[in-house]
Amino acid sequence: MLNYIWAGMIIISIIVASFTGRLQEVTQAALNSSKEAVMFCIGFLGVMSLWIGLMSIGEKSGLIGKLTKKMNPILRFLFPNVPDGHPAQKYIATNIIANILGLGWAATPPGLKAMKSLQDLNKNKTAATKEMCTFLIINISSVQLLPITIIAYRLEYGSKNPTEIIAPAIIATLVSTTVGIIFAKIMSSIRKN
Amino acid sequence: MEFITMVSDLMIPLVFLFIIIYGLLNKNDVYDTFIEGAKEGITIIIKIMPTLIGLMVAVGMFRASGAMGILVKIVEPITDIIKFPSELVPIAIMRTISSSATTGLVLDLFKVHGPDSYIGRMASIMMGCTETIFYTMSIYFMSINIKKTRYTLAGALIANAAGIIASVYLTMKIFG
Repeated sequence: MLNYIWAGMIIISIIVASFTGRLQEVTQAALNSSKEAVMFCIGFLGVMSLWIGLMSIGEKSGLIGKLTKKMNPILRFLFPNVPDGHPAQKYIATNIIANILGLGWAATPPGLKAMKSLQDLNKNKTAATKEMCTFLIINISSVQLLPITIIAYRLEYGSKNPTEIIAPAIIATLVSTTVGIIFAKIMSSIRKN
Repeated sequence: MEFITMVSDLMIPLVFLFIIIYGLLNKNDVYDTFIEGAKEGITIIIKIMPTLIGLMVAVGMFRASGAMGILVKIVEPITDIIKFPSELVPIAIMRTISSSATTGLVLDLFKVHGPDSYIGRMASIMMGCTETIFYTMSIYFMSINIKKTRYTLAGALIANAAGIIASVYLTMKIFG
């Protein structure tokens, strides 16, 4: 997919530029953007390391593990067909907590394990269960406590107050996840299996 | 509205305080743990750097050629009706496909309009709502060979739309 998007953007740029007479600007933009990407990464590295460092304190001191356990009642409500103590519960909880804390890359491995565990409970191995649908809808509409990457982007581009968007961003992400959960709940009560 | 500003201001200090005090109470060597964890940041950034170079170059060229301007002009009549900034259409669409390409577009938007502009703020709020729908679905379902994904896509798209509507509304209320 990205193959075509990336190639398409570059090819269209060059064709459009040859009509608008901006070939030189396009060349300049290509060179400048590559440099800018590297400069951006250096700034981004600071915020990212700060956040991961802080989160590893949370992990090593047992805070994240505790939060994961606290998820159980919520999981029972969201995934009524997953038996208590089933490994899927733990993986789903780890995935959701990682997303909430803005550790997207750490969310994928437990997320994939959660899918595998849910597949163990699945009778028809080629069709998704209600649990899988609910899990993915929640995962995709991920609740985020702190939109740390976007704060880093804002900081890099000279925002006077990079963190001013935190509260509205939390509300917006809660809205999207709540709507996703309601939809999943309605669908799973209408559909059989 | 003042309360919202206060939450935004207090969030990061509170997270710092909570995590560090919790660590100390649980007899964690907080400083050493922090340093150990921060190292991981380098690995992550090095992994995303080539992607970001590739996509920022493509987006930069797209903007400089005037193609971005044309695209925005094409969707403008439609987005004007629903009061949605046309500049955010490429971001909203790309968001469902690729997160790194979205990053490229958002950074380009910040460069051109500034992160503190109206649409800069709206884009910032919008970005936190969703993951990339198609990418996530294909990775997760492919890993266990599921062919029928049932109502997952519909649910993800509806949640995504709700997040966008909420972002537009909140930006208008708070920063409008």
